Amino acid sequence: MRGLANSAIEKGLARGATYADARVMDIRHRDVSTKNGQVGRAAEAESLGIGLRVIAHGAWGFASTDRLTRQGIEACAAEAVAIAKASAMAKRHDVVLAPEQSYVDTWQNPFIKDPFRVPIEMQIAVLLRADAEMRKVKGITLAEGSMSFRKIDQLFVSSIGSVIHQVKMQSGAGIVATSFAGEEIQKRSYPNSFGGQHMLRGYELIEELDLVRHAPRVAEECVALHSAAPCPEGQHTIILDSSQFGLQIHESIGHPIELDRVLGMEANFAGMSFLTLDKLNSLRYGSDIVNVVADARLAHGPGLGTFGYDDEGVPAQCTPIISNGLFTGYLTNRETAAAIGQSRSNGTMRTEGWNRLPIIRMTNISILPGDRKFEDLIASTDDGIYMETNRSWSIDDRRYHFQFSTEIGWEIKNGKRGRMIKTPSYSGITTEFWNSCDAICSRDYWTLWGTPNCGKGQPMQTMGTGHGASPARFRNVKVGIALSK
Amino acid sequence: MARHSKTRTGKRASAKTARRGHAVAMEHRLGAAELRRIAEKIFKLSEADETEVDISAVTSALTRFANNTIHQNVAEQGLTISVRAVVDGRTARASTNKTDDESLRRVTTAALDLARVQPRNPELLPMLGQQKLTKVDRFVAQTAAATPADRARAVTSVCHMADKNKQTTAGIFSTGLAEIALANSRGLFEYYDDTRAEFSVTILEKDSSGWAKATSSRIGDIDPETLARRASEKAAGSRAPREIPAGRYTTILEPAAVLDLVGFLFYDFASTCVADQRSCFTGRMGKKLFGENISIWDDVYHPLQLGPPFDGEGVPRKKVALVERGIPVNLVYSRASAKKAKANPTGHGFSLPSEDGEAPFNLVFAGGNASTEEMIRSTERGLLITRLWYIREVDPYQKILTGMTRDGTFLVENGRVTGAVRNFRFNQSIIEMLSNVEMLGPAVRASGEESFDMVVPAMKVRDFHFSEVTKF
Repeated sequence: MRGLANSAIEKGLARGATYADARVMDIRHRDVSTKNGQVGRAAEAESLGIGLRVIAHGAWGFASTDRLTRQGIEACAAEAVAIAKASAMAKRHDVVLAPEQSYVDTWQNPFIKDPFRVPIEMQIAVLLRADAEMRKVKGITLAEGSMSFRKIDQLFVSSIGSVIHQVKMQSGAGIVATSFAGEEIQKRSYPNSFGGQHMLRGYELIEELDLVRHAPRVAEECVALHSAAPCPEGQHTIILDSSQFGLQIHESIGHPIELDRVLGMEANFAGMSFLTLDKLNSLRYGSDIVNVVADARLAHGPGLGTFGYDDEGVPAQCTPIISNGLFTGYLTNRETAAAIGQSRSNGTMRTEGWNRLPIIRMTNISILPGDRKFEDLIASTDDGIYMETNRSWSIDDRRYHFQFSTEIGWEIKNGKRGRMIKTPSYSGITTEFWNSCDAICSRDYWTLWGTPNCGKGQPMQTMGTGHGASPARFRNVKVGIALSK
Repeated sequence: MARHSKTRTGKRASAKTARRGHAVAMEHRLGAAELRRIAEKIFKLSEADETEVDISAVTSALTRFANNTIHQNVAEQGLTISVRAVVDGRTARASTNKTDDESLRRVTTAALDLARVQPRNPELLPMLGQQKLTKVDRFVAQTAAATPADRARAVTSVCHMADKNKQTTAGIFSTGLAEIALANSRGLFEYYDDTRAEFSVTILEKDSSGWAKATSSRIGDIDPETLARRASEKAAGSRAPREIPAGRYTTILEPAAVLDLVGFLFYDFASTCVADQRSCFTGRMGKKLFGENISIWDDVYHPLQLGPPFDGEGVPRKKVALVERGIPVNLVYSRASAKKAKANPTGHGFSLPSEDGEAPFNLVFAGGNASTEEMIRSTERGLLITRLWYIREVDPYQKILTGMTRDGTFLVENGRVTGAVRNFRFNQSIIEMLSNVEMLGPAVRASGEESFDMVVPAMKVRDFHFSEVTKF
């Protein structure tokens, strides 16, 4: 790996690059799924290649190849430099990078059981048992389960002298029960929707999730939703479970704080951000109890946004994003940090694979725990709705207006959880919503959720992000508009 | 449409790429013989009862611009070899991008080892022998040969236009080629290649924006300056947007907006989706569901479509009438779902193993004759929508979708556009929408961001439900 990367850097510099970095990535996947008692997917894949990023004539170029021969690397370097020179045709100024030291290091996330060494038939057997448990419940028309595993072995080498080897092992799993009755399709998932829970851990995560034990409850709640009450319309107090709260953080904090988006670099596709530069250290983003960090360090937990170094060789850091309600930080890279006069990148450049350019991505964007017990949160709510597990999500291209619905909800009346509610939904304006937060549960209820499917960039890159959250309460929120006539 | 008109700049770029870049394109194009050679090597290594090899090769490049300058400029080249083994009624798949002999041996063995530990699949059918395909020709050398300098010249021209208009631009110009080969140990070999060019542009002003996009296999059909001019005019026309109340409005949806909504229907037409009872057509086939003016086909052979004329198992794709005059009449089938439903495969199956079955990826809507201007002239009060964003499904059976308007939302009053309005959130049933279509434009190849490209018309729809307003 190292010889290939060094060769790419040398050839790029020899062709006129003033800076070069290379990522050799060897990525292995395993995906298994089941549906209604049968195996759906059973597949393994591997992909090895190199991506080379250069600055030449003051502009960026990037090329990638899986032809890992002398000729392949030579052609890749030539193409990267040619692209940079073409970029220079439309440049306004030379690329300037915030300074960074060089590092020679290795990093690997800890795990107990290598999921690729667990026999695939054992993984399928777990899914089939959960599938059978779900289908025992009358009214379930579809039972599905999935597991996915990913091992990324990557070497980063740069022309400033960094040589960083990292190995990331990722595991994830989930189950879904679906019921069609009358003119209605209801769905219940565990431990989260859209693929379940994903972390930088080994197979021990899957064992802890205990899909089989949760399958009957998931199925029973799914069928019960057909006879649940519709979501009321109006202004209400809501309590979000930690998984839905994690997605709320992702969409209405994680994306708007991306500095490339703020500076217009994503305007054509992912959009821009309401967090213009004048708002840094002046905008009251949320209430006083809202404290949010971007933390890629292992100390924060083994999230999908955890690493030793980002993909331009900057060490993992913890950046305060919202401090006691005040907006205090963006996600930056070396180029955008320099553009706004900051002395250093806070290390958020990440790439989907060897064939994609690193771009600013969320790491673990988490709310710090509060001090409430969940039981006390319910008990201290006179009239509200508790919402659990995301069903749909949408937000505008500047991240002001959002609408979410969840799979299930429950009325809260006089401090007690009451009748079930189907397809509860809520909507609002980001800063108004965050300023209405009046209670957050403690560390005992805090989970570092993994979002494996975050899309950004052109060409599109899918990235895993982490979001630590515990249940929280919001006052005077608009609910029920999604299905209003 | 822009793709059919060529400015002088567009013609110059195309001619140059054809002369200078041809050698580059040919270098990356592997060709059917090379892909067949790799497949045959794997067949010799395989000890499975049956073996299928699926190879895809991609060469693409993308020039990305923002703030009137190129800020990202990338190229990629890659090959994926995917092997499916069948042994004793069990099947599984393994993939690699490594082409050395040892890696091919390892991936072939991995597929077999994975297959051996699967439960037996009672629905698994024997692999197909050689099929007769309808030829499609979608490889354009000029597109494959486009260079970074060609793309940069076009982008620079658009950036200069934005500078001149005191506007800010962002977007992409990408070109590339793709090859796929599907072969199996029963003698099937199918090969398809195509080229793709895409230009997408956003123009921004202080409180407004506009957008335009086009894709084609022929780079000569893409006219960056015309697309940029259209986006620029939308940005200028949507300055100082007013806030008007949410509610139900007569709404004129440009083709990209139609595409991103109706694109959410595509998997509902899968036989497997209906059998799983999660399609909005479950229990509704043969019943009037949409307006009389709605007819939909899947047709990979349509001149404005791209894609291979065979499916994941090698079945030749058929043109399928999905909706006729508002009535859903047919679904698409893989071999396995066709057998279950006692129907014929339509050539829409996914690569196996797959729990999803099949899907139509070449939707074509019947169009009409109304121009967007005629739709505006006939509207007393309504909205004109350029593009939609972040669309998600709220109710899968009533097919209620939510999302936002973006990059050009205009108020129409007394037959003319009278200004811009702030962007709306919508919560709208697609079933209801397709029952409320009052006028249709000609069907064109449309490209958005929420769905794959389709051939769809602009639509004038009554009572489209906008539920809330955002801040810009």
